[in-house]
Amino acid sequence: MSSIVHDHAPGYGHDDHAHHPSGITRWLTTTNHKDIGTMYLWFSFAMFLVGGTMAMIIRAELFQPGLQVVEPEFFNSMTTLHGLIMVFGAIMPAAVGFANWQVPLMIGAPDMAFARMNNWSFWLLPPAAILLVTSLFVPGGAAAAGWTLYPPLTIQAGMGMDLTIFAIHILGASSIMGSINIITTILNLRAPGMTLMKMPLFVWTWLITAYLLIAVMPVLAGAVTMLLTDRHFGTSFFNAAGGGDPVLFQHVFWFFGHPEVYIIILPAFGIISQIIPAFSRKPLFGYASMVYATAGIAILSFIVWAHHMFTTGLPTAGLLFFMYATMLIAVPTGVKVFNWLATMWRGSMTFETPMLFAIGFLFLFTLGGFTGLVCAITPVDIQIQDTYYIVAHFHYVMVAGSLFAFFGGAYFWIPKWSGTMYNEKLGRIHFWSSMISFNIGFFPMHFLGLAGMPRRIPDYAQQFADWNMIASIGAFWFGASQLLFLYVMVQCARGKGEKAPAKPWEGADTLEWTLPSPIPYHTFETPPTVK
Amino acid sequence: MVPNECKGGIRLALAGAALGALVPGTALAAREWNLQTPVTPIARQMYDLHTFIFWICVVIFVAVFGVMFYSIFKHRKSVGHEAHQFHENTTVEIVWTVIPFLILLFMAFPATKTILAMKDTTAPDMTVKITGYQWKWNYDYLQEGFGFYSSLATPLAQIENRAPKGENYLLEVDNPMVVPVDTKVRVLITAGDVLHAWWVPAFGVKQDAIPGFVRDSWFKAEKTGIYRGQCAELCGKEHGFMPIVVEVKSKDDYAQWVAEQKKKVAVAADDPGKVWDIKDLVAAGEKVFAGNCAACHQANGKGVPGAFPALDGSKLVAGAKAEQIALVLNGKPGTAMTPWKQLSDTDIAAVITYTRNSWGNKSGDAVQPAEIKVARQ
Repeated sequence: MSSIVHDHAPGYGHDDHAHHPSGITRWLTTTNHKDIGTMYLWFSFAMFLVGGTMAMIIRAELFQPGLQVVEPEFFNSMTTLHGLIMVFGAIMPAAVGFANWQVPLMIGAPDMAFARMNNWSFWLLPPAAILLVTSLFVPGGAAAAGWTLYPPLTIQAGMGMDLTIFAIHILGASSIMGSINIITTILNLRAPGMTLMKMPLFVWTWLITAYLLIAVMPVLAGAVTMLLTDRHFGTSFFNAAGGGDPVLFQHVFWFFGHPEVYIIILPAFGIISQIIPAFSRKPLFGYASMVYATAGIAILSFIVWAHHMFTTGLPTAGLLFFMYATMLIAVPTGVKVFNWLATMWRGSMTFETPMLFAIGFLFLFTLGGFTGLVCAITPVDIQIQDTYYIVAHFHYVMVAGSLFAFFGGAYFWIPKWSGTMYNEKLGRIHFWSSMISFNIGFFPMHFLGLAGMPRRIPDYAQQFADWNMIASIGAFWFGASQLLFLYVMVQCARGKGEKAPAKPWEGADTLEWTLPSPIPYHTFETPPTVK
Repeated sequence: MVPNECKGGIRLALAGAALGALVPGTALAAREWNLQTPVTPIARQMYDLHTFIFWICVVIFVAVFGVMFYSIFKHRKSVGHEAHQFHENTTVEIVWTVIPFLILLFMAFPATKTILAMKDTTAPDMTVKITGYQWKWNYDYLQEGFGFYSSLATPLAQIENRAPKGENYLLEVDNPMVVPVDTKVRVLITAGDVLHAWWVPAFGVKQDAIPGFVRDSWFKAEKTGIYRGQCAELCGKEHGFMPIVVEVKSKDDYAQWVAEQKKKVAVAADDPGKVWDIKDLVAAGEKVFAGNCAACHQANGKGVPGAFPALDGSKLVAGAKAEQIALVLNGKPGTAMTPWKQLSDTDIAAVITYTRNSWGNKSGDAVQPAEIKVARQ
């Protein structure tokens, strides 16, 4: 690598012809946080389409009673891969994509702390995705034991399960590297004057998320490694006949799995905490208590895992402890919702697409929070555990929660990233179409679950027929709506549209809006001073 | 069903009345939207608890989003509202931390009472052991001494859409579990292969069936009738096709049913006085061996060196009948060879005869069921 001495005057003029290779080499070798952020976001959207296609297959099979479209075993593979791909391939990389783009910009850093590791953590993702998707074509088919991979069913599975286990190992390694990078960047590369309690809330939520990831991804790696050795090397961690316990896996898995839920939602909270003040033209209400509530949620997330296991036959004391601890999570979550409302209160609101998604998030995430509270009540959970009620609950918090927040974030920042305004009219159509179809798709699932329809079944009794048909119609509509989002974003990426000003949002006040649009390739080479 | 309807109405309103209009003219039964009608005290408590929490959530939801939508309509730029720049107030932060906490306490109290009642499996009137298999259930009436398998009765033609679907499509079995009304039934739940979950919504019982572990639960049905549930834990490809049907009978009808079952068992049971031909004994014994012994001693009788002794060429098998009979009946303490008393006289006679006349073993003698009967005493 030749060393190039820059003697440009301060300013960003030269960055329009940034020094980087062109074509595919640019993307393979890049260490630029913006390029890597972009790749993360496109990758996650691609995986969102793959996982979404699987959801469409699931809903097509469930459109009517009887088996019409797929075989039961393939159906189980679809639910399994849909879950794994959406969680590990779509939502988590999207959150990391936002972090890559926004964390350095928001704290006034020139790039991520470990730029080369950043490249490596992204490029681990495609091989993992390939392992997951090609597992469909190996003998025995893909993993079909649910995304939770409970043994002993996973022990019975074919080699698709091994590919899944390796994919999870790789994704975990990528997440851990990403987290180390984000923590180091936030703790060491803040601009002068950017104290911790001045950081934008998105940075705070990601800092806490990154700690959660480092704490629990190794636990998941351990759990799936034990599966692997039980499968192939004669160990009996989860085999009662050899002195093991199948339920041990569930404890280990959910010790990862519950913090994972907050890993998925906290960055979304961060995005919402940027959007709502911007469009209310008011500072975020209760900044400090928002930070404490986020930390509180993160800490509580470590002591509630067994609420996923109320039907395994826990002792009474266990049921009581995990019920109380789970109910407690409603307190900090409530604090966040109230603070967002107080931010909107007596503001001067406008309702561009990012704000619509933020309000949609607030409304539907809170609904998902309420059903979460219903699930926390152990005796009620006995009835709804492993039913469609649970499916409805977690899609309200993950789709209407995280995904809506990410859509909002994409519309919010795309003018800055691409230099082109998105099509506001299409953005609003995308929002309303998603909002309505989401509820048609998922609200009836509450009824199905209460009435007694188990999840993960390819066929169902006649009394569940009507709501299933409605849910499928909503799901197809929701799926189709996302193509509109793709179109809007591609238009921005191609520069087709109005040129974006440096600060398109009147009420936005974080550092990235002090930079020109489109954003130069290198930013904050000289750190800004934060007062 | 009044609370159901009423609550359903509110939910439907939330979902948007348009949902209901989408599918006109179908039977209401296909649009259930609430928990099934409970028939046990625990299920009723669960039902009421859900209703209670649901309404608290509705009240909070309406209050919070009432405020939000008021703000959205009044505090918008398009109506000329100016932003007020306040952004901190410790008092309200404390208020909206403490109030939810108190509401949670209010919810936790009845929930705790139900958990304690739910977990109290003491003093049952009867006990049934339930075992989940891929993909059927086994019900073992321990005190009565009989048991049976229960699997899906819906014809494949209905599942594959070659025949019209019946009323209880996918929720019907060949042999339902039968229990008496007003009786505390303790169920011991386990599994033979992978995880399953035994779930009857009307009873408020959902318990994972875990291979290698026995978990218990209980129910006391207060109304006779037929109650249907399904396996609730993913257990492989036929997971959606292993329903649970429980028939609650009056105590008299139940006693009659038990008598019939016992009679059936007696008819099927063997006559230990019968003298068998050696060929028949070997043939019967091969099946018993495959089902009970081959896992350790192996189908070829070679065992697993160091772990399970070979029967092929074994001195014990070649030796006196009485010693082998005693070993099979009583097991060998400290080893994996457990007592096999639970097998019938005929089965034990057959399997011993089989081992004595298979592989390299050529004793040529038959062990008759009568000999086992004597040895048991």
